[in-house]
Amino acid sequence: MSNQEVTNQTDAPVSQQEKMTTLRPLVSIVESDTGFTLTAEIPGVPKENVEVNVENDTLTLSGAIKMETPEGMEATYAEVRDVCYKRAFTLSRELDASKIQASQANGVLTLNIPKAEHAQPRKIEVQIG
Amino acid sequence: MYGSVFNFSDNLFNELEQLQRQLNGRSIVSNIRPVARGTFPSINLGSTSTSVEVYAFIPGVDVSALDIQMDKNLLTLQGERNLDIPDEDDKATVYAQERFSGKFRRVITLPDDVDVNNVKATCKDGVLQVSIKRREETLPKRIEIQ
Repeated sequence: MSNQEVTNQTDAPVSQQEKMTTLRPLVSIVESDTGFTLTAEIPGVPKENVEVNVENDTLTLSGAIKMETPEGMEATYAEVRDVCYKRAFTLSRELDASKIQASQANGVLTLNIPKAEHAQPRKIEVQIG
Repeated sequence: MYGSVFNFSDNLFNELEQLQRQLNGRSIVSNIRPVARGTFPSINLGSTSTSVEVYAFIPGVDVSALDIQMDKNLLTLQGERNLDIPDEDDKATVYAQERFSGKFRRVITLPDDVDVNNVKATCKDGVLQVSIKRREETLPKRIEIQ
């Protein structure tokens, strides 16, 4: 398995402004023979706020945090300071973006990105003759 | 000016902190118990006149494996998160593994007037909210003139 064929872990350029005001979700990316599994942590984002977009070769995940806070609450200390998660990935060509499956549970978004049929591994018989 | 999870009150220090954060491009530590960036779980604290609210960001943590304890005004959260990441072999290649895996424990100091017997914990979308009421006798009271 060559490393060159995968460009998925490189983030697409995000503008400086966006970097400051959005949270970058932590991810794990695992490749298998049949595709990629991308897991992103987006705690606080309800299902209806999760957005997964593919445009050209760029996969973008985003989601706005929605948390219930009692009336009149004042923040006294915050490690999570922004309200939106956003992160983008470049998909490599052998992936079939139309068949991406997404699911979300307990603040974790899981994407299954299958490889196109022609990119699936197959055994090639070597003929000697 | 900038969106934040909570509405920070408008005072000079918060403005300065925002400004500094803007310059650094990252959040600055503003607590007596500073934590390294990336400590798991992240925690936000809020307070109202009647309660103290703790928000712990625990995506993918099994709530039944979570242990929440209150000792006077110390709140301890501990648990374990095991990720289902396959071992590297010829079948799978792990390209990124930024997510925390293993045991975690965080201790949070709360104000002195919290009521240990009046704590409520809920979990939604991977955020644990612990709501601790303040003791009744410490709440501000109006005194009627006889």
